[in-house]
Amino acid sequence: MSITQTAGVSTVARLNSPQARARRARQRLRERVIETVLLLCGAASVAITVAIVAVLVLESAHFFGHVSIFEFLTGTVWTPLFADAKYGILPLVTGTLLSSGVALAVAFPLGMVIAIYLSEFAHERVRETLKPFLELLSGIPTVVYGYFALLFITPLLQATIMPNLPGFNILGAGIVMGIMIIPYISSLSEDAMRAVPTALREGSLALGATKLQTSIKVVLPAAFSGLAAAAVLAIARAVGETMIVAIAAGQQPNFTFDPTESAATVTAYIAQVALGDLPHGSIAYQSIFAAGLTLLGMTLVFNLAAYALRRRFREAY
Amino acid sequence: MAVARTDEAAMRADEGFSATARIARARRAEAIFVAVGIGVTSIGVITLIALLAGLAHDGWSRITPDFFLNFPSRRAGQAGILSAWVGSMVVMLVCAAVAIPVGVGAGVYLEEYAPKNWITDVVEINVNNLAGVPSIVYGLLALGLFVYGLGLGQSVATAGLTLALLILPIVIVATRESVRAVPFSIREAAYGVGATKWQVTSHHVLPSASSGVATGVIIGLSRALGETAPLVTIGALSFIAFLPTPPVQGEFPFISFQWLLDPFTVMPIQMFNWVSRPDPAFQSNAAAAGLVLLVMTLAMNGFAIWFRIRMRNKIKW
Repeated sequence: MSITQTAGVSTVARLNSPQARARRARQRLRERVIETVLLLCGAASVAITVAIVAVLVLESAHFFGHVSIFEFLTGTVWTPLFADAKYGILPLVTGTLLSSGVALAVAFPLGMVIAIYLSEFAHERVRETLKPFLELLSGIPTVVYGYFALLFITPLLQATIMPNLPGFNILGAGIVMGIMIIPYISSLSEDAMRAVPTALREGSLALGATKLQTSIKVVLPAAFSGLAAAAVLAIARAVGETMIVAIAAGQQPNFTFDPTESAATVTAYIAQVALGDLPHGSIAYQSIFAAGLTLLGMTLVFNLAAYALRRRFREAY
Repeated sequence: MAVARTDEAAMRADEGFSATARIARARRAEAIFVAVGIGVTSIGVITLIALLAGLAHDGWSRITPDFFLNFPSRRAGQAGILSAWVGSMVVMLVCAAVAIPVGVGAGVYLEEYAPKNWITDVVEINVNNLAGVPSIVYGLLALGLFVYGLGLGQSVATAGLTLALLILPIVIVATRESVRAVPFSIREAAYGVGATKWQVTSHHVLPSASSGVATGVIIGLSRALGETAPLVTIGALSFIAFLPTPPVQGEFPFISFQWLLDPFTVMPIQMFNWVSRPDPAFQSNAAAAGLVLLVMTLAMNGFAIWFRIRMRNKIKW
């Protein structure tokens, strides 16, 4: 009895001793410091966004001091490095959209089949084996993909179905970019399909539909918003891709809608100019920031579109 | 008699629409789809094999000890990747030293500390958006901010910082997911014995989440290792026939940070430089460099995926 009392008293005394109070104060201070440091880490990501926008807008502002925005957005000739410089971004934009379009045309059907197969048909074992390999596709360095497009896919196309294809072309670059974005489409679509309630499938199966009929006529429409969002996000990804198009699509701006021609994209132009060691502050130097702003705008539009699609067409169950 | 024959003919004509035939057709369609599904889903494996085989075919003869120990050269046969792989290692070091603490800190802040208010929402939306910004835009940010704004030039420090910004969202998202997966009972037990918030976080939550964080960090670093576009944009030189200054010096003060400000090249830039040359001898150098790069990134990604699967099977809270 007396022992516990003594222990209790001594514990209270110990907790109230000046040393203990000092230690707790130190601890509180340390907690505050750590919390502030962690907050700063979180704020760093916001600072990056602000810095990106600030750098692009500031340098572009210099650029638009020399070039009218109207000419920039509507001109169809882009020759900032020539003596007779023309600053119409449209050829770069069409090159970008064309290569992304080819990529989507390759990746969307394949990604859809993969997603249906993985979410509705595949056994656990098969899925666990094949999915990691798909994920690896998005981890391959893009410069390696560029090599593949230039020295493997394009010669293959030339040897088989398109003997007149030029060595640098949008098609080869787009096809390889399509392979690169398959994992984005398939995994986002698979998630969307798995989110479809099982009750819908069971209803369809109970009416005598096969698994395939159920997948195509019930699960696909129910997951529509997710699938559309996946496609749009994949385009945003393709639009920002640089090395594949810089290596394999040629670097001449070309106002065309024919994927068998060579053309430059917004990203390829930035890479090309940056390689050329331009004087800091020249118009050509500023033009890559204007091009970067255009690129950021394009990806932003696609990302917002994906967001809107997902919201608007989400079916509530 | 004639009537019976007509009926028989009609029945035969109807045969294609009879229930059994329809079921058989549906089964066939399903079998075909499964076969197609397996085939298409194997595109990951097929592409990897094609890439490895293509690169090995073009570049295997160049994979010799000399290739790893020689500097780049005007003569393709003597050119090597010494400065490139050393540069990659050094840049990765800077990248990891910045991205890991900041990324993990931000992730921990968002999951454990952040109050539920609009500021947290902004940070959260912002991290998701950063993940969608094209990598070349980070290059433009670095060109405007690090190269000219801070005067770091085209140095190891600039490259490491640029790639750190690029992979920050990957590290943050991975940290958040694995921190969120730690059950609350572990935190409550630690609070119950009087631990402070930081003690709970650093002694219990982070160690429990460490395998997930490590996976995310490895995937982020392998992405950084293969990135070319942002480094091309900051104007990285591709002909570097020397190594960065050693960090340990023979004379006082023995430790030098000069290597941070040295010019550099990295594996993907060296490969890009070689692939852009029309001479086939350089293209086989590019293939060899690509093979080394691909094996490095695949090894990192493969390890991360294996690690994740192993951890998922092992940890049962």
